[in-house]
Amino acid sequence: MSEEKYEPVIGLEVHCELKTATKLWCACPNEFGGEPNTHICPICLGLPGTLPVLNRNAVEYAMWIGAALNCEIKPSKFHRKNYFYPDMPKDFQISQYDEPINVQGYLDLPTGIRIRIERAHIEEDTGKSSHLGKSGRIHASYGALVDYNRAGVPLVEIVSAPDIRSSEQAKDYVSELRAVLVATGATDGRMEEGSLRVDANVSVRKGPNAPFGTRCEIKNVNSLRSLVRAIEYEIKRQIEILEDGGRIVQQTRHFNEDTLSTVALRSKEEAQDYRYFPEPDLPPVSPLDTWINKVKQELPPLPSQRRAKVKETFGTAEDSQIITLVEQDLDGLFLDVVSRGADCEIALRRLLNEAASQIEAAKKLDAQDFAELIGMEKSGKLSATQCKAVLANMLEGGGSPMQIAASLGFEGMNSNELEEVITQIINDNPDAFERFKAGDEKVSQFFVGQVMKATKGKANGKAVIEFLEAKKS
Amino acid sequence: MKLSDKPLSAKEIAAGIKNKTFSATEIVRNSLSRIDKLDGDIHAFLAVTGDQALLRAKEIDEMVSKGEDPGILAGVPIGIKDNICTRKVATTCGSKILNEWKPPYDATVIEKLRSQGAIVVGKTNMDEFAMGSSTEHSAFGPTRNPHNINCVPGGSSGGSAASVASGMVPLALGSDTGGSIRQPAAFCGVVGLKPTYGLVSRYGLVAFASSLDQIGPFSRNVEDSVLLSNAIMGHDPLDSTSLDIETPPIKIDIDKGVKGLRIGIISEFLEGISPEISKAIELACKYLEEGGGQIESCSVPSVRQSLSAYYLIAPAEASSNLARFDGVRFGMRVDGKNAEEMMVNTRTAGFGNEVKRRIMLGTYALSAGYYDAYYGSAQKLRTLVIRDFKSAYQKFDVLLSPTTPTTAFEIGAKVDDPLTMYLSDVCTIPTNLAGHPAISVPFGHDSKGLPIGLQVLAPALKDNLTLRVAKYLESAVEKANV
Amino acid sequence: MNNENLITEKDVAHVAALARLHLTTKEIADFTTQLRSILEHGRDITALDLAGIPPTSGPIPLENVFREDVAGSCIDKSEVLSQAPGHQEGQFLVPPLLDGSE
Ligand SMILES: [Zn+2]
Repeated sequence: MSEEKYEPVIGLEVHCELKTATKLWCACPNEFGGEPNTHICPICLGLPGTLPVLNRNAVEYAMWIGAALNCEIKPSKFHRKNYFYPDMPKDFQISQYDEPINVQGYLDLPTGIRIRIERAHIEEDTGKSSHLGKSGRIHASYGALVDYNRAGVPLVEIVSAPDIRSSEQAKDYVSELRAVLVATGATDGRMEEGSLRVDANVSVRKGPNAPFGTRCEIKNVNSLRSLVRAIEYEIKRQIEILEDGGRIVQQTRHFNEDTLSTVALRSKEEAQDYRYFPEPDLPPVSPLDTWINKVKQELPPLPSQRRAKVKETFGTAEDSQIITLVEQDLDGLFLDVVSRGADCEIALRRLLNEAASQIEAAKKLDAQDFAELIGMEKSGKLSATQCKAVLANMLEGGGSPMQIAASLGFEGMNSNELEEVITQIINDNPDAFERFKAGDEKVSQFFVGQVMKATKGKANGKAVIEFLEAKKS
Repeated sequence: MKLSDKPLSAKEIAAGIKNKTFSATEIVRNSLSRIDKLDGDIHAFLAVTGDQALLRAKEIDEMVSKGEDPGILAGVPIGIKDNICTRKVATTCGSKILNEWKPPYDATVIEKLRSQGAIVVGKTNMDEFAMGSSTEHSAFGPTRNPHNINCVPGGSSGGSAASVASGMVPLALGSDTGGSIRQPAAFCGVVGLKPTYGLVSRYGLVAFASSLDQIGPFSRNVEDSVLLSNAIMGHDPLDSTSLDIETPPIKIDIDKGVKGLRIGIISEFLEGISPEISKAIELACKYLEEGGGQIESCSVPSVRQSLSAYYLIAPAEASSNLARFDGVRFGMRVDGKNAEEMMVNTRTAGFGNEVKRRIMLGTYALSAGYYDAYYGSAQKLRTLVIRDFKSAYQKFDVLLSPTTPTTAFEIGAKVDDPLTMYLSDVCTIPTNLAGHPAISVPFGHDSKGLPIGLQVLAPALKDNLTLRVAKYLESAVEKANV
Repeated sequence: MNNENLITEKDVAHVAALARLHLTTKEIADFTTQLRSILEHGRDITALDLAGIPPTSGPIPLENVFREDVAGSCIDKSEVLSQAPGHQEGQFLVPPLLDGSE
């Protein structure tokens, strides 16, 4: 297969919306969604005469991101990037050009690979246009509607070096980057809401030492799955062209979710001449060292550090479990619960299997209650099934596991009562008990079933077997 | 009471209204009737907001009758250049493309004026988007010079200058990017101040060249210029380039005269000026020396290249500032089969020739491959201008020059020759590049009876010094005429 | 700037496209002449030795001008839409967008 002799070279540009209270230049609320054109003012509409004033928190959040990505945080300037488009109110975008706030960082992936970060700069988001007419198809529409709620929302664009070598690695990079960004608190990182958007620069070359090939930029990638598919399609497309003796044309391509292919955007002769020049309405930003140091000191633990902590506490956990635990932001609860004496394995299992489906509620779980619950399962007071049922109740409204177990009727089966029931059943089924004593393990299930029936499920299976074992002698 | 024929100054009006010698309503009516009588010939106003002005006058009168203080400009009628946004009142920038756009907000200066009791009586004519030196580039027809209606009033704030010169209003606001307040002030024989960049908020001023634009006052005398400056200056959190300093009210140390002041005459600006203006400079030097000023010639070498730098920087910024006039959110739209074609059609039909010329020049200066040669070099020249002024101000407190190389020219004389038109701003441009204050003060007339203006320049934040020297020159002329 | 670098009609046409202006053949010719004379006047700058001179983009040196991240009031969209050349369903209406895929 000819593909084997080609190596893909991938660089990613990730745009992430900062979750500041207000927009980048004006005091309009920075909120996702909302009725169209309700979060607008003369400034974010770019009306004549208006001027931008920089949101201090946008700068601070960008610095969090820079610090988390091991960047150098530098004095920076804003430039105007000039191009006409209806969803761009001023018909230029204020962005950072040759003096971005964060430069030269890196991100280590869980697999151990280091991806260099070239820059992470501040810029403003555009409004949103929606096509009127036939099922959103661009060419069949008779017009478009523009909503400027998103115009002027602060973004940080994170540009990786072309260090990524496969679609899988691209996915790992975006997942890890997303986890880092979310951990800083700068963004909520929701790809499905567009608060995290990825453009991929893809080229292929003949082997790891060959010069880079001509690259294409792929836009409109809305999920990790699409990212993998778009990159794979693009690699294949480029290899086919090269194998046929053709040349790759540098262009921007659009990923189509329906056909799972990329198509070239209409290329315009002057499209690339953005006529950058320093934004005269905004003085430069030169964060003081004290500010930079404060940001670095206050940076919350990052996913890699948090994973290491979990690994330290529970060495036999699988890496994938740890990654998920941290990704879902449940590692703090896990460590807290374990520190209260809960069993690592059961705690991890209940968090990943049950709690993870209701992450927001899970984060609110009281650690002491949760530790007690895990203790009840561990000690056999509750069966696994009962434990899950109690947990489900705790996730819904909270409360102590004891009380919930009692209200569900799981409690009140003490050892004496259980022994009484078991003795009665042994007496009623002497033949079966003989077979059990002779070593017929299957019969144990018969006894468990009988006990459950007699206790209406209150009994703990493990405890039943322990009693049976004890009766053997 | 009957208002005298000689127009009152803003100071007299505010004082008279406060002590109930006359009412704001009478003052506004008087202003409106003067506009009605004169503006057919002069065309200083694009819109007169008589009804609103009278309503506001009534409010001011009520305040006065209740013993409240309406502010330092109590009841003073004022004209506003039509590139300053006024809520719900059409703001056209002298362009068709705005299509009688009614801004949903007031410029900061408008709010400040209101809080000081001033009454906006109308929006004044201007070169389209403030691009021009004659007001002939207004899409709504030229303004005429009240001293000779065959001559231009200067520009781009020609309407504001003419409205004050003709006594329709005692005060007007203009904007100055390369001389657009001082040059028309000189041509119309009124006082025009371009304040230090950052002293007056630009929020609500439709941008021409953001790093050069500054709003400033027109008045018939220097004292009124002080009054209006005090009303409009001050930090504005909505303008990131607004200076966050305590702006002391520009004080009446303007009456201190020029004794002991070191005054430099910019030698570069004496080249190629009309003989009559040259004589005016000599006379001014004589007066200043008589007042105890020390006069010396002073060279500011890089002002020679300032015009070139200006005509790269201003159009470059303008090409970007004027991109938003695209037919999407406000103003005029000429439809097309798609959004891009609509934008092209709108801009092609909406912008006048001079605006297109500057957009083209600026777009070219910023385009790939030319940035360093044009915009980049112009920005370096700007550094030199600032350095040259700095070293000049080590030897001098203020600098003096003509405001313009000639007095007002005839309508039509330069309109087809952009470069010659641009050259009429040669003396005023360098201060904008440096961000310094400069004032034009009337200083006699030429043999045709057209006003001559002298320019007083000072370092950043020394606006009061320009006013002080201007005030001295103003009194010297008055004394000589008595 | 030697003569070869003088702005040409082709440049003017390209710049007009960038600036979203349509120019007639005559306008292109006129603008070429006018821009050429203005740019030629600008040669006095390039004649200077500007090596080592830093550029100045704003007249007054300022830095770190911020706004606190506190929400203020928005504007009623009806006032803005009343001034828009086209609107529908509370949004700005424009002709079809072309910059999609081919
Ligand atoms: Zn806003």
